[in-house]
Amino acid sequence: MTDQSRIRNFSIIAHIDHGKSTLADRLLERTGAVTEREMREQLLDTMDLERERGITIKAQTVRLEHKASDGQEYVLNLIDTPGHVDFSYEVSRSLAACEGALLLVDAAQGVQAQTLANSYLAVDAGLEVIPAVNKIDLPAADPERAAAELVSILGGEPDHVVRMSAKTGDGVDAMLEELVQLVPAPEGDPDAPLRALVFDSYFDAFRGVVCYVRVVDGYLDTGELLRFMATNETQDANEIGFLTPKVEPVARLGPGEVGYLITGVKEIDRIKVGDTVTAAREPASEPLPGYAEPKPMVFSGLFPTDGDDYEKLREALEKLRLNDASLLWEPETSKALGFGFRVGFLGLLHMEIVRERLEREYDLDLVATAPSVAYRVVMPDDSEVEIKSPQDLPEPTDRKSISEPYVKAMILTPSEFVGPIMELATSRRAIVGNMNYLSPERVELDFEIPLAEIVFDFFDLLKSKTKGYASLDYEPTGYREADLVKVDILLHGQPVDAFSAIVHRDNAQDYGSKMTGRLRGLIPRQLFDVPIQAAIGGRIISRETVRATRKDVTAKCYGGDISRKKKLLQRQKEGKKRMKMVGSVEVPQEAFVAALKVDDDT
Amino acid sequence: MTPEVADSFSASAAAYVHIPFCSAICPYCDFAVVAGQDELAERYVDAVVTEIRMAEPWRPLEAIYFGGGTPSHVDPVLLARILEALSDRHGIADGAEISLEANPEDFGAERAGLLHRIGFNRVSFGSQSFDQSVLSYLGRRHEPSQIDSAVGSARDGGFENVSLDLIYGSPGESNELWAATVSRALALKPDHLSCYALTVEAGTPLGRAVRDGAVAPDPDIQADRYEHVESAVPFERYEVSNWSLPGQECRYNLTIWAQGEYEAFGNGAHGFRDGRRYRNHRRLEAYLEHVESGALPRAGEDALAGWDLEQDRLFVGLRRVVGVFHGPGTRALLESPAGLRLIEAGVVESQAERLRVTRPLMTDAVHRSVMSLDAPNVMGESHA
Repeated sequence: MTDQSRIRNFSIIAHIDHGKSTLADRLLERTGAVTEREMREQLLDTMDLERERGITIKAQTVRLEHKASDGQEYVLNLIDTPGHVDFSYEVSRSLAACEGALLLVDAAQGVQAQTLANSYLAVDAGLEVIPAVNKIDLPAADPERAAAELVSILGGEPDHVVRMSAKTGDGVDAMLEELVQLVPAPEGDPDAPLRALVFDSYFDAFRGVVCYVRVVDGYLDTGELLRFMATNETQDANEIGFLTPKVEPVARLGPGEVGYLITGVKEIDRIKVGDTVTAAREPASEPLPGYAEPKPMVFSGLFPTDGDDYEKLREALEKLRLNDASLLWEPETSKALGFGFRVGFLGLLHMEIVRERLEREYDLDLVATAPSVAYRVVMPDDSEVEIKSPQDLPEPTDRKSISEPYVKAMILTPSEFVGPIMELATSRRAIVGNMNYLSPERVELDFEIPLAEIVFDFFDLLKSKTKGYASLDYEPTGYREADLVKVDILLHGQPVDAFSAIVHRDNAQDYGSKMTGRLRGLIPRQLFDVPIQAAIGGRIISRETVRATRKDVTAKCYGGDISRKKKLLQRQKEGKKRMKMVGSVEVPQEAFVAALKVDDDT
Repeated sequence: MTPEVADSFSASAAAYVHIPFCSAICPYCDFAVVAGQDELAERYVDAVVTEIRMAEPWRPLEAIYFGGGTPSHVDPVLLARILEALSDRHGIADGAEISLEANPEDFGAERAGLLHRIGFNRVSFGSQSFDQSVLSYLGRRHEPSQIDSAVGSARDGGFENVSLDLIYGSPGESNELWAATVSRALALKPDHLSCYALTVEAGTPLGRAVRDGAVAPDPDIQADRYEHVESAVPFERYEVSNWSLPGQECRYNLTIWAQGEYEAFGNGAHGFRDGRRYRNHRRLEAYLEHVESGALPRAGEDALAGWDLEQDRLFVGLRRVVGVFHGPGTRALLESPAGLRLIEAGVVESQAERLRVTRPLMTDAVHRSVMSLDAPNVMGESHA
């Protein structure tokens, strides 16, 4: 056990590719946690783990020993954070386990929106944030500009910003020195009843659920009967230990210490990230603050292209959930797409990654409906229901009002794109807030915008309007009432549930004509005219027609053609099997995918 | 033509003879044809005669059809040897229909008379269009006026059944040009008319040109042209692309569409005998080598029985205006969702005894549905 005064708990905040992993590896090496030879193996292991654990992008944690310039040995606990806004709750729990954070910025690229959002989280959590400019060895590096950007966010003096290269090792020692000097030591009460924060967990096929914990007060002892305060589960502490990064069992963890905890629990959702562990015999009276249930923000219907794969999809979702408690779903039936699931995601990235894993790792061919958000509908009796699928929206006469989730969006952009971004934002119902120049060339813009707009196509439009230079991050800010309507798309008079969408009344016409226009190009001609209509309730707002095929015949068919022609038709019949019947209309599978694809043709 | 008469051809015995030789190959043609190899004609005819002698003896033939290629391009004496061999092997029934395909430019008075004396009584001219620009586009080598004189020669030579082939929907052809072609064809008082939509086949020069960006025929325009034929031609249509005066239908083709049997001779020829659809080697050399070494020149065959035979019956029979009599296939179709849609869309019509296609230009849609039907249990067992 280490005295709290010599413990430093910190995390690294960095944008993707700004060098976090390289730095973590360098630290492992510097502090002697692993040898150079082990390093290679370690890297491989990490990759395996990443692949196995995938997107949950769990916080990894490692205990490092470091002799500082004052001659003292310090324990540095590096607690990694998932990094993406989709996992902001997980980020906040990881940060809650720390007293400090290293804000790492690429010297060539400067501050990105994601880094900005996470550093605000860290500042709000009361952490000491240490700015560092990484990759100073790059030819394109501009450490002075990056440092100036950091100062404009965090305050302080540009000269105090650490300059380093995790790759060459240059400046790493100075950075460690800063950590030891500036990050406060934990100040837990050793005499209080046990309170430890579960800041992450993962599923191990052999050991069951492994929790990552930070002891705040008291002691966590092997063999002790524990109580999880949010779930009220009691479990034995079968094993506790450090991650160095190898698993290293110990008898007890004291205040300020970070390690792992294994109980007998096998199901990931029985252990909640953010929960407080206390001793069952002498429990703490209050849990640690900040616990919340994971809350999906974005919903999408997932349907197997081949209806026979429904069970396979369910099994794949269950397997993913072993390691991702935030993944929630319920069965959904679509007239157009058959049987599938309405799946809730923490955000767009989470959705993308889950879909990709399902298709790649589980070899599923999926149709995903357009992502939507959770709406709150006030019913005539003033009760409130949450709607996750446009299909479930009550008729206008059966509801009083609808409100939708808003987010605070932060955009970092080269200043030349401010105009187009403002234009885009206002066209997407955003309420423009602050504009903050980090430097003459780079601006931070923030505004409140309905999450549905971001989910729909905002991100793609932002990228295309700024040549990919702008970065976006967002955090939920609550619900606002809005004039929303459900637009249905009818094929040959039949509503196609997969294409229904809840949109703002002002955007309904746009959505309707865009979808009918797209579908006209995607639905092949049939035996009869197929009207494609967009409607709000019974009112048609847009209409297109796919004209009936007039000629589908072999002009010449005599004795010589019969066998060949029959075989050709057999092949065409195979192709037709990929058609979905919507009423009496044959719709190619690709049409669903293409029509629902968000693009920038607006 | 009554359904009974049309169906009676299922008992007919017919023969097809392929003559692959042409003076030049048309850019849209994907038949087994050769140009510039006329010196092989005699050797080829020897092979056809040999192949005829290899056939199992049969009953007298009621319809014989010489197609190509261009049968009129070779010496009529050679064609006579083939007819003689058929007569020797199977016999030719009294009043049998004996047809040949001919190009207008080959059909002078003398040759017409000779062909008729040999035994041909029906000629089908590859006239295609009466517009010079369309003929050029199609790579045809005759002028519109040569069609007039060829028909005259045929009549003078004694042909009692003269048919004209026309092709509609070439890019560049207008409604007016097509209407003019139809009326000039009718002015020649043919007994029979075949009108085909220009079809782009992969692997032909036209197919390659379209693939590389040349204008393709527009199916909607072709539908317009077809409807013009339906309204302008005073004949009775009896198949998707065929119209005739009463009694002047092509009996060879009626045999095929009634699922009657026919032998086939020559390279790339397809026949149907004893329940087997068979095909000969398509390449001329391969065909010659097989026959000359005493082997049957077969490239493959499909035995038809049970459900396959029933699907095949619908496949050929539904091209006819009279359609097909009800059987397991039509019943399965009518019970299928696809069949119900075809009825709903007015593509087929089910009567007490028969099923008919009422939108002939949608016949392939019907065929696709027919071919996608699973065998009903009873029939599935019979050939499992």
